[in-house]
Amino acid sequence: MTIENLKYRFDGGKPTQGVTTIVGVLGSGNLEVMVEPAALGGACEIEVSTAAQGFGKTWQAVMKDFFARHRVGDIRISVNDAGATPAIVSLRLDQAIETYKGKGK
Amino acid sequence: MGWKSVVDQSFSSGHQVRQQGDLLTGEGRCGKQTVAVIGTTNHAEVGVELALAMAAAVLDVIRSHPARPIVFLVDTSGQRLRHRDEMLGLNGYMAHLAKCVEMARRRGHAIISLVYEQALSGGFLANGMMADVCAALPEAEIRVMGLPAMARVTRISEERLTELSMSSPVFAPGAKNYLKMGGLDELWEGDLSACLTDAMEHIDASDHRRKNGFERGGRMLADVVVKRVLASA
Amino acid sequence: MSRSYYESNARARIAGLLDANSFHEWLPAEARVTSPHLATLEQPAAFDDGVVIGQGSIAGKNIFIAAQEGGFMGGAVGEVHGAKIVGVLERAVRDHPAAVLLLLETGGVRLQEANAGLIAVSEVMRAILSARAAGVPVVVVIGGQYGCFGGMGIAARCASAIIMSEEGRLGLSGPEVIETARGVEEYDARDRALVWRTVGGKHRYLIGECDAIVPDSMEAFQQAIMTCIENGDDWSLEALKQEHQLLNERVKRFGTCKDGRDIWRELGWADPISIAMMDNDEFVKAAQGHRTKNN
Repeated sequence: MTIENLKYRFDGGKPTQGVTTIVGVLGSGNLEVMVEPAALGGACEIEVSTAAQGFGKTWQAVMKDFFARHRVGDIRISVNDAGATPAIVSLRLDQAIETYKGKGK
Repeated sequence: MGWKSVVDQSFSSGHQVRQQGDLLTGEGRCGKQTVAVIGTTNHAEVGVELALAMAAAVLDVIRSHPARPIVFLVDTSGQRLRHRDEMLGLNGYMAHLAKCVEMARRRGHAIISLVYEQALSGGFLANGMMADVCAALPEAEIRVMGLPAMARVTRISEERLTELSMSSPVFAPGAKNYLKMGGLDELWEGDLSACLTDAMEHIDASDHRRKNGFERGGRMLADVVVKRVLASA
Repeated sequence: MSRSYYESNARARIAGLLDANSFHEWLPAEARVTSPHLATLEQPAAFDDGVVIGQGSIAGKNIFIAAQEGGFMGGAVGEVHGAKIVGVLERAVRDHPAAVLLLLETGGVRLQEANAGLIAVSEVMRAILSARAAGVPVVVVIGGQYGCFGGMGIAARCASAIIMSEEGRLGLSGPEVIETARGVEEYDARDRALVWRTVGGKHRYLIGECDAIVPDSMEAFQQAIMTCIENGDDWSLEALKQEHQLLNERVKRFGTCKDGRDIWRELGWADPISIAMMDNDEFVKAAQGHRTKNN
């Protein structure tokens, strides 16, 4: 087994306050998502570590879609994936960002 | 090495150790001191009866011989793999033995263990690994699982695991690896009686294994992590 | 509607059991204290190495807690994972909280870091006993889908008290391990009813391997935890002798039984088959006088 590491950066998001959050579990077909505040000049950086090889394009699409929906900035998202489907990934990302924002209120 | 040779060599000034089935009990003399001997042989599978018998032997030493050192002679192929023993709560029997050893320690008994043949997982946790000084003969087999089994579980080739074992003591079986990780305090070679005498003079009743593992370069994180937890705000 | 402990992950269990907003995590996920050995094997490593630790309160009482995440590698114990639990227990020796709660869900040693895992489990055992000897009760909770097995099954029984749900399972060798070693005639791991009669919560309660059995809800576990904390701990030679007596009698009385049902019959249950159907309250009531236990 090998791990594939993928990195994404989206600029021009709205700086979003919150408290470090982790959702999900790194178990088969699942993933854990951590959202942390980071001074990135409004950017959103996403780092994915996945056990499933060769899905770079899918991840790219899922992340692009995520950013389009939330347009969050100044945050770092770290993902540990154990072969989750794109639908599960989107769901966890949404959960994570909502929890992050909710906790920040 | 057979248990008889081990006790002959470890207690050169005399001993009375009996074998009943897989159980060893008795006493030996180390210099002027008498020590209690409790152990197993025949690569014993530790089931409820054997765990209970060892616990009884420990309680007996606590009752009859306050502060007498206890030497565990370890030869086990692990916990007994039977439906019946599981149903009776073998984990509870193992824990009971471990608690008896801990009670002995806290009442002033030095606890020394010597892996003279085999020590596999569950059978080792309840006595040998509870000791103040945990020693092994260099040729002793200590392991959770062999590399072929680990290769199946991890789906990593045995070749690759063997290669990783060269640089890390984490993966492969063997007394030397356990020594490096702090799981063993020392290897006993040559004069076993001298080794035992020396061990008895260096009893440290605190759990020093993670410190040893760090100092020996075999287990670099355990001690650091514990310290970080202790220092966390 | 009460929340299920069984269905929750480690973090949700902590949130569900402790007083609202009282939990403070040590070495949280963002500290990224992960397993170097999994990285060496190029296997995914969880941010918290599969165990969440920290302090909080339960009914206002200060407690330390460690919760294993069964969803990550079956809650298996590696070097970092084990050291986090040891750290909690050693901190308890120093700081004397009202109790340490261990929410265990684990298959035991993490085979990917076999040697480190085994030593770590041993260190957890000794640290549990150190906390108890220092007067801090250690309360184990078992109610997740992976049960509590391997060396951690031994560690669990080193604690002051164990609380289980009917769904919880506690043992040493898991059914699959025994089936693989001895064949399906010895132990059919796929026979769920058989497994339940061997290592399940009700059986463990009846033979005195756990101290309380509760329905699968956070509130019920919380209540039982508070009772265990109030009962305190008895780390004494006298208590060990009593336990010895109990374990000795157990082998004598049930040593030839072939099935959990035989044991229950021997304990005076006229209709052992009915046990599986009883709800928790009914079962606990009926079990009075028909179980063996300490004290």
